[in-house]
Amino acid sequence: MSTENNNKSLMTPANIITAVILAIGLVITVLRFTKGLTGVTNLDQNNPWGLWIGFDLLCGVALAAGGYTTSSACYIFGLKKYHSAVRPAILTAFLGYALVVFALHYDVGRPYRLVYPIFYQPGTTSLLFEVGLCVFLYVTTLAVEFSPAMFEWLGMKNVRNAIHKLTLPLTVFGVVLSTLHQSSLGALYIAVPSKLHPLWYSPYLAILFFVSSIPAGLSMVIFEGTLAHKPWHHMMDKTHLDEHEGVILGFSRGAAISLGAYFCVKLVAMAYDNNWSYLATGWGAWWLLEVVGFVLAPCLMYAIGSREKNIPLIKWAAALTVVGIILNRLNVSLIAFNWQLPSSQRYFPSFYEIMFSVFVVTLGVTIYRFIVSRMPIFFEHPDYKDAH
Amino acid sequence: MKRRQFLGLLGAAGITATLGTTKAQASTHSFEGYPGAKGVLFDETRCIGCRKCEAGCNKVNKLPAPAKPFADLTVLNQERRTDEKTYTVVNKYRGKNGPAFRKMQCNHCMEPACASVCFVHAFTKNPDGSVTYDPTVCVGCRYCMVACPFNIPAYEYSDPLTPRVMKCTLCHDQIQKGEQTMPGCVEACPKEALTYGKRDDLLQIARARISQHPERYENHIYGEKEMGGTNWLYISGDPFKDIGLREDLGSKSVPEIVSGPLSVVPMVAALWPALLGGVWAINKRKEKVAAEEQKAAVKAARAAAKAEGEAKLAKAMENAERDKNQAIEREVKRALEEAEAAKKDAGDDGGEGA
Repeated sequence: MSTENNNKSLMTPANIITAVILAIGLVITVLRFTKGLTGVTNLDQNNPWGLWIGFDLLCGVALAAGGYTTSSACYIFGLKKYHSAVRPAILTAFLGYALVVFALHYDVGRPYRLVYPIFYQPGTTSLLFEVGLCVFLYVTTLAVEFSPAMFEWLGMKNVRNAIHKLTLPLTVFGVVLSTLHQSSLGALYIAVPSKLHPLWYSPYLAILFFVSSIPAGLSMVIFEGTLAHKPWHHMMDKTHLDEHEGVILGFSRGAAISLGAYFCVKLVAMAYDNNWSYLATGWGAWWLLEVVGFVLAPCLMYAIGSREKNIPLIKWAAALTVVGIILNRLNVSLIAFNWQLPSSQRYFPSFYEIMFSVFVVTLGVTIYRFIVSRMPIFFEHPDYKDAH
Repeated sequence: MKRRQFLGLLGAAGITATLGTTKAQASTHSFEGYPGAKGVLFDETRCIGCRKCEAGCNKVNKLPAPAKPFADLTVLNQERRTDEKTYTVVNKYRGKNGPAFRKMQCNHCMEPACASVCFVHAFTKNPDGSVTYDPTVCVGCRYCMVACPFNIPAYEYSDPLTPRVMKCTLCHDQIQKGEQTMPGCVEACPKEALTYGKRDDLLQIARARISQHPERYENHIYGEKEMGGTNWLYISGDPFKDIGLREDLGSKSVPEIVSGPLSVVPMVAALWPALLGGVWAINKRKEKVAAEEQKAAVKAARAAAKAEGEAKLAKAMENAERDKNQAIEREVKRALEEAEAAKKDAGDDGGEGA
C-alpha cells in the first residue's frame, strides 16, 4: 500500500485528500482551543449537543458494535468459522471507540477533567456516568483484545500468549460493557420526554439502542469487509479468503433476524405510548422513512440475500442498515430533538463541525490503513497458526 | 450532602449493588422537599414588565453589563432566554387583557433534572431550596442543559478551556453570607409581583389569592406539581401556555423518570456473565459430546468393519474347506471308481488288482 515506506510515491490522490483533511483538522483544533466552541460550532444555549455528540459519539459507538458482536459470535456462541472476521472487527471497534474518546476532548468544555466522573467525584445517578465508566473500561478491554496482533507483529511471544489465554473472559466482559453503554446512550434521552418527539422518545430507548447496535455492528463488518477486500487482498491468507463468503452469509442471517427484532421493538414502543396518530403528520412520514426504508427494507434484503446467496444484495442491505443507524441516532439527538422550538432556534451543524467529523473518520481510516498493512489482521501470523 | 445521598440511592446505584454495601433502597421513594425550603411566588397579574428584577439580579450577582440598558423596554419585543450573562429575563406575551409578562429563571426543582443527570455531581439541592452549581468539578459536558425541561442552564461557549454553566442560584451565597435577605430580583420588584418565603407558605398565599379572585386567576399553581414540583411557583391570569410555560411536562421528576433504566444496570452486570458463560459452556459441551460421539462412531465403524472382515474370512475359509473336502471326496470317489474298474478288469483277467 501507498503508506508503506518503499520506493512508491506517497503522492497518491488518496494520500493528498487525507493530508488536506488532516490539515483542516489541525485548524479546527487550534480554533477550538483558542476561541472555544463558539469559534467552530453552531451550538447555542438551547442546543447544547450537536454533530459531535450526535454523529461522533452516538453513531461512532453504534457502528463500532461489530467488535462485540463478532467476538461473541466466534468465542461465546461457538461459530468458529467466523474466526477470521474477529481481528478486523476488534480493530475497527477499538479505533472507533478511541476516536469517540478523542472527539469528546473537543466537545466537552474541560477535557482535562474527563476522568473526574470516574476517579474524582462519580455522579452515580447519571446515565452519562454509566456511559463514561463503560466506555472507559471498554476502550481498555478492546485495547487488550487487540494487543495480541500487535505483540505478534513485534515478536513478543510470551506477552501475546498470556493475553491470548484471557480471550473468553475479555469477550464476556466486552459484551457486558457493550450491552450497558449501548443501551445507556439511548437511556440518556429517557430524561427528556418534553424535548424529544414522541415518535422517537420512548421509555424503551435503552432497549432500542442496544438491539439496533447488533445489526449495526454486523452490517459494519460486512460493509468494511467489502471495502477492505480489494486494497488488501494480497494481505489476506487463504483462511480469510475462504471464510469471507461464509462470514457475509452468516452475518446477513444474523442481521436479518436482529433487524426484524429491532423492528418489533420499534412497534412495541409505538404501541406502548399509543403514538399511532403521529404517523399521519410530517414527522410520521420521516419516521416511516427511517423504519420502513432503513429497517424493514434491509431486513428483507438480508433475508433474501442470505437465502439466495446473493452477495451484492447483502452488501446493499449492509449499506442501507449503516445509513439507517446513522439516521436514527441523528433523529434522536438532533433532528427530532427540540422539535417544538421554532425553526429559527433549531440547530444545524457548522462547516467546521462537519469537517471535524470528516477529520475524525479520516483519522480512523488512516490509522486502520497503517495497521492492516503491517500487523496480522487479515492473515494469521505463521508462528501462531492453529493456536486457537 | 444528604440530598446527594438521596439522589445516590435513587439510582439503585450500580456501584452499591455490585459492591454489595448497605441496604440499597430501590426507587420506592417519595420526596416532599426539604422542610422549610424557600422559594418565590410569581404573580403574573402584578408584573408590569419593567425589567427591574433583571437589573437587580445583574447587580447582586455582579454579572456583565447588558448590551442594551435595563431601562430599554424595546428589548421585550423579542422573546429571550437566560444565557451565560443573564440569570433572569422577563418576556412579553399577548394576554387576554393586553400584554402579559412573565419572568424566567431557574425554577429550583425539588428534584432537579440537572443534579440527577450530572455525572460529577456538580449540582446540589440545598436545604434552603436553592439549586447551586460547583464549577470546580464540572467537565463541561452540558448534559444538564439537555436535561433541563425549562431550558435554564447556560454555557460559556466562548471560553476555550474553563467554561462554566451559569444559572440563577436563588442568591444562595449572598443570603448565606448575610449580604442579602432575599434574592436580588425579589428585592428589586416595585409591584410585589415576586414574594420570597417558605414554599409551603407560598402555596397557601397562592391558593388564597386564587380563591379570593377566581375571576382574575387561572385555577392552577404552576410549579406545585410540574416535574415533581419546583421551589419557584407561578400564578397567572392567562393560561400558562400563553405565557411560555409548558403544560405538558407532567408531574414526574427526572430522577423518577430515569430510575427504571438505572435500576436495570446492575442486573445486566449481574446476569450477563452467567448467561453468556452458560451459552459458552453449552457450546463447549456440544463440541465435546460431538467429539465423543464421533470417536464412538469411528470405533463402532471400525469394529463393524473388523467383524465383517472376520466373517468374510471365516466364510472364505469355510468355502475353502468345503472346496477342499469336495476335492478330496472327488478324488476319493474317482480313486474308488478307478479301483472298481481295475477290479472289474482284474476279475475279467481273473487276478487280484489295485
